[in-house]
Amino acid sequence: MSDIAAPAALPASRQPPVRMTGPLAWLRENLFSSWWSTAVTLALAYLLIRYALGFVDWAFVNAIWSVPTGANGLPDTSSCRNNPGGACWAVITEKHRFILFGTYPFDEHWRPMLVCALFVGLYIVSAMRRFWNWRIVPIWLVTLSLIGVLMWGGVFGLTYVPQERWGGLPITLILATFGLAFAFPLAILVALGRRSKLPAIKAICVLYVELIRGVPLISLLFMASVMFPLFLPEGMNIDKLLRAQIAIILFAGAYLAEVVRGGLQALPKGQYEAADALGLSYWKKTLLIVLPQALRLVIPPLVNTFIGFFKDTSLVLIIGIFDLLTAGKTAIIEPQWQGFGVEVYVVLGIIYFIFCFAMSKYSAGLEAEFNRHRRR
Amino acid sequence: MSSAPEDPRYARQAPRRPLRLSWADERVRNLFWQVLVVGLVGGAIYWLWSNTVHNLEVRRIATGFDFLGREAGLPIAESLIPYDPSMTYLRALTVGVLNTLKVAVVGIVLATILGTFLGIARLSRNWLVAKLAYWYVEVVRDLPLLLQLLFWYALLQGLPGPRQALNPIEGVYLSNRGLKLPFFVWEAAHSWALLAFALGVVATLLYRRAMRARQMRDGAPRRVWPFALLAMLGAPLAVWAAMGAPFTPDVPVLRGFNFRGGVDVSPEFFALLLGLTLYTAGFIAEIVRAGILSVHQGQWEAAQALGLPRGRVMNLVVLPQALRVIIPPMTSQFLNITKNSSLAVAIGYQDIVSIANTTLNQTGQAIEGIAIIMLVYLTISLSISLFMNWYNAKIALVER
Repeated sequence: MSDIAAPAALPASRQPPVRMTGPLAWLRENLFSSWWSTAVTLALAYLLIRYALGFVDWAFVNAIWSVPTGANGLPDTSSCRNNPGGACWAVITEKHRFILFGTYPFDEHWRPMLVCALFVGLYIVSAMRRFWNWRIVPIWLVTLSLIGVLMWGGVFGLTYVPQERWGGLPITLILATFGLAFAFPLAILVALGRRSKLPAIKAICVLYVELIRGVPLISLLFMASVMFPLFLPEGMNIDKLLRAQIAIILFAGAYLAEVVRGGLQALPKGQYEAADALGLSYWKKTLLIVLPQALRLVIPPLVNTFIGFFKDTSLVLIIGIFDLLTAGKTAIIEPQWQGFGVEVYVVLGIIYFIFCFAMSKYSAGLEAEFNRHRRR
Repeated sequence: MSSAPEDPRYARQAPRRPLRLSWADERVRNLFWQVLVVGLVGGAIYWLWSNTVHNLEVRRIATGFDFLGREAGLPIAESLIPYDPSMTYLRALTVGVLNTLKVAVVGIVLATILGTFLGIARLSRNWLVAKLAYWYVEVVRDLPLLLQLLFWYALLQGLPGPRQALNPIEGVYLSNRGLKLPFFVWEAAHSWALLAFALGVVATLLYRRAMRARQMRDGAPRRVWPFALLAMLGAPLAVWAAMGAPFTPDVPVLRGFNFRGGVDVSPEFFALLLGLTLYTAGFIAEIVRAGILSVHQGQWEAAQALGLPRGRVMNLVVLPQALRVIIPPMTSQFLNITKNSSLAVAIGYQDIVSIANTTLNQTGQAIEGIAIIMLVYLTISLSISLFMNWYNAKIALVER
């Protein structure tokens, strides 16, 4: 053992490996891993910086935030007109109350504002798991009635505001939320009907779903605005907003029914059979065993469908109902504001994006949580 | 160990009891509920129908499709077939259907290309590419399509006039009158060359099928591309050359206040196509991404272990499996493009909804107008889903 000679010289010390951690390694790994990747990164970075700078110039540096009032008492937008390289945010400064609340009486704007807050609160409460039981029904009923009282007024010292004067964001939220509140029970019934063993009921449900899903929402809205008055007996008349709401409910019902049906199908057959073996009646089986499990399964796709409806409510513009988009489009009809559509649509886009992005993040998070048991 | 079907116990069936008129009999209950629901739905429809008939009588509106033969008198800005306002409503509606199909078909092709590209970009190992694709998809999907259409239309209208038109590439002009593209004068020779190309595509498909069948017999792979090149490129070129190889460039030129020559893309069509394509591409990107992710990593590794080069792994192993996941949701996106093209009415592109709407306003035939719109869309939707179902069945997993 002792005659093992010590090596004559230590081997030349090697270079430490290229650093495997830290920001430089990250850059090398994710942006410059090959010459092709490097080229793409550089080209994209150039374009990104160039257009981002252009956008900042347009939106902030060269932008005009307010305009003076002209001699005729109207805002004088000539400074905006002579400034093609910058945004004219003055249109928003001037018109934001109109875009958000439409022609609602100016002094009463706190009411639609409160309504919007109530809607947001309702969404947040509905997103919380501790309310996913029977308690959600009274919460919705109370909030929606409160919203009705606030919008209409006429009681508790609030002045009465006719429905024709409502507009803007509350209308968008009303169409989407009331649409969901009524379409959801309808969708559950239709989905159950489509899975039913009774041929006549199944046929009616299939016909309804396929017919509605085969035509665009616009045609249903046209039907609501043009044909509905013909359907009703003489003298009976329902207003335009309600007609559009009915069209949206019928439309949403068909799409939601397909989502719910997906949940019913995903439920293992053993659950149905076990309920039958216990001797439960159809409704007991459905209400106590099937629906609680099936609906839980489809919450993420339901939220995604709801995002779709939230966006689709903007289509009521075509039949002239005063929702957020219509209010924005109307705000730029006055001659002095014509041509500033891009600015208004950017702001409307931000409002829609905030709502939809929040919902889509929520739904993605929920989906990841539900699938956690599968990834192990 | 005798096989089950021979066992007489399995052949027995529950005895068929005679129908008893009692709530305890399931068949009676089933019948009752069905009669009740059909009665309610039928009654509601009958009530609406009788109201409608009565209202039409009171308002003296004649029903029927006679108005289709009358002179339309409605001007249409762009049309694929010859049209002028003195023609009939039927002709005007046909123009509308063709305009809808035009924007839908072009939109489907462009959105599929862009969407596939974005879907792959989202999976890129380059962080910048993946992040940009992610934010594109996220933003586009969270904004209403109608808002996007209005935005693009407002942006196009804010462009300078023809005299100061943007000119990104030689011969291409972008102004508030729309997009002008250079083209060439279309002659008979080009039509024949196009026909030869179509025949070449069919011949290539047949050839590939025959070669596949031979490969199945003896295992030797055969080249298809020389034949494909000859049939799809050589034959049309030969036809074109044989007919004198006519080629006259048709480049847009500014004359007076507008452009002459070239291909004209109206701002309405351009905004609609842009909006539909960019919007739907966001959804298609997600579908493509999910499809590629759905193919198990082991499939990649197994194919590489067999020594297949990367391109063939994609073509022969991954893509066929990913397509199974991709096709059904893709079908609904194609249907969505077609249905969403109806938003054209908001920016003044004259598709079927816009023309039918004008028709029903001019003639007062509300029911017929809406029925025509619905019928057209139902037909298109049904055709697309039949075709895609056929394609889906063809590529579906063959199970035992």
